[in-house]
Amino acid sequence: MATVTEPVTLPALSSEEMARYSRHLILPEVGMEGQQKLKAAKVLCVGTGGLGSPLALYLAAAGIGTLGLVDFDVVDASNLQRQIIHSTKDIGRPKLDSAAEKLQALNPFLNVVKHETMLTSKNALEIIRPYDIVADGTDNFPTRYLVNDACVLTGKPNAYGSIFRFEGQASVFAAENGPCYRCLYPEPPPPGLVPSCAEGGVLGILPGLVGVIQATEVIKLILGKGEPLVGRLLLVNSLDMRFRELKLRKNPDCPVCGSHPTVTELIDYQQFCGIVPEQKVASMQNGIPQISVKELKQRLDQGEKVFVLDVREPWEYEVANIGGHLIPLNDLPRRVAELNPDQEIVVQCKSGGRSQRAAEFLARNGFDKVQNLTGGILAWSSEIDPAIPRY
Amino acid sequence: MKIDIPAPLRVYAGNLPCVTVRAGTVSQALTTLFDQYPEFRKHLYSPEGKLRSFVNLYLNDEDVRYLPEREETEVKENDTLSIIPSIAGGSAPGCVPDSEPLN
Repeated sequence: MATVTEPVTLPALSSEEMARYSRHLILPEVGMEGQQKLKAAKVLCVGTGGLGSPLALYLAAAGIGTLGLVDFDVVDASNLQRQIIHSTKDIGRPKLDSAAEKLQALNPFLNVVKHETMLTSKNALEIIRPYDIVADGTDNFPTRYLVNDACVLTGKPNAYGSIFRFEGQASVFAAENGPCYRCLYPEPPPPGLVPSCAEGGVLGILPGLVGVIQATEVIKLILGKGEPLVGRLLLVNSLDMRFRELKLRKNPDCPVCGSHPTVTELIDYQQFCGIVPEQKVASMQNGIPQISVKELKQRLDQGEKVFVLDVREPWEYEVANIGGHLIPLNDLPRRVAELNPDQEIVVQCKSGGRSQRAAEFLARNGFDKVQNLTGGILAWSSEIDPAIPRY
Repeated sequence: MKIDIPAPLRVYAGNLPCVTVRAGTVSQALTTLFDQYPEFRKHLYSPEGKLRSFVNLYLNDEDVRYLPEREETEVKENDTLSIIPSIAGGSAPGCVPDSEPLN
């Protein structure tokens, strides 16, 4: 039986908390000590989408003390068919803000930690380390393998769930002496071999079923009660409403959790999954590549070192800016030495006109990694961050 | 025996959720399936004839990889062979990045 948290002293419950959790307290399998264990527990939900929604809501309701959330997406209308933590009014908002608000409203005793980032090989270990258990509710193979490897390397169990159309899979991976995701599937399918969810669709209630199974496993692991889904793969078919169970074995030759592991640190999971960076045919204007605000945001979010050069006037910068380095267009010739010709520079202005001229000037002066931000800060305001004032 | 076809691969097996075949071993059952649906083979086996590492075969609830006789294990009429591919979906659409299908 797996027990995850065995703190020396468990946190006490206030009288309000006792009233809230009374139905747990009278259950012998939970009781006061179990409820205190839940309060002491720190759980990381990777993704606040279809699986993450019911998972996080039920964990919050159950009295988990600290719930970390990882997401960098914004709520889209097409999410609402299954991502029940988000509401119609949240369309366009960061999922993290929307989710944190609902969780906090449900349970004010909960400590929500927001990680507004994409989980990457660079940050995964650091993000996961403070938590006791990880619940993987992501939606793509690179992140699945990343979460698995990071859990094995940090010794955290992973309550796993995934869905396709009307079928789901759930298990607990990387528990002590249990198999990991790579024991089951050593390698991901090459891109394109399996039809995507975008082609296949997904039944809206299915992540509800599977996400609640993940939440159940998290709670059992914390309480140290019941039979955890370790070494078992639960198959859910919502169309036939059949649940089946398959035996999973720890692979002694597993590259991550086997007796002679070959993967001892996080790797490049995009490459591992055969995903070649998109070869973009950049639209050009007068020899200057044009970059969209969405692409710039994505690259900044991924931690790429892109230098944003703002060529507007200081008063405009004061009204609204996205943190770029300010050199007004007319000052550029005499201040060009402030810029590093080896660095990738994205030039930005109000709507893309002045920045194009600035980029052409830089290109003539030996800067060959210069791009122009299409639509300027106005496009940023309308497509990325409505909080940026339009003027 | 019955062969369960998982949703992501059904398109290569006439969109059927399961296929019934007469066979003496796991391997014969699969050969019969491939004879009926030749497209299916390349989704389970590499050109070198190795079971792809993102697909698992289960005879009832046992992983065929861990059966002593593996794919030569004898099967009975009421056995079920399940093909369990990895799926990654969870929130946004797009389990697998779209690209050109392999030939």
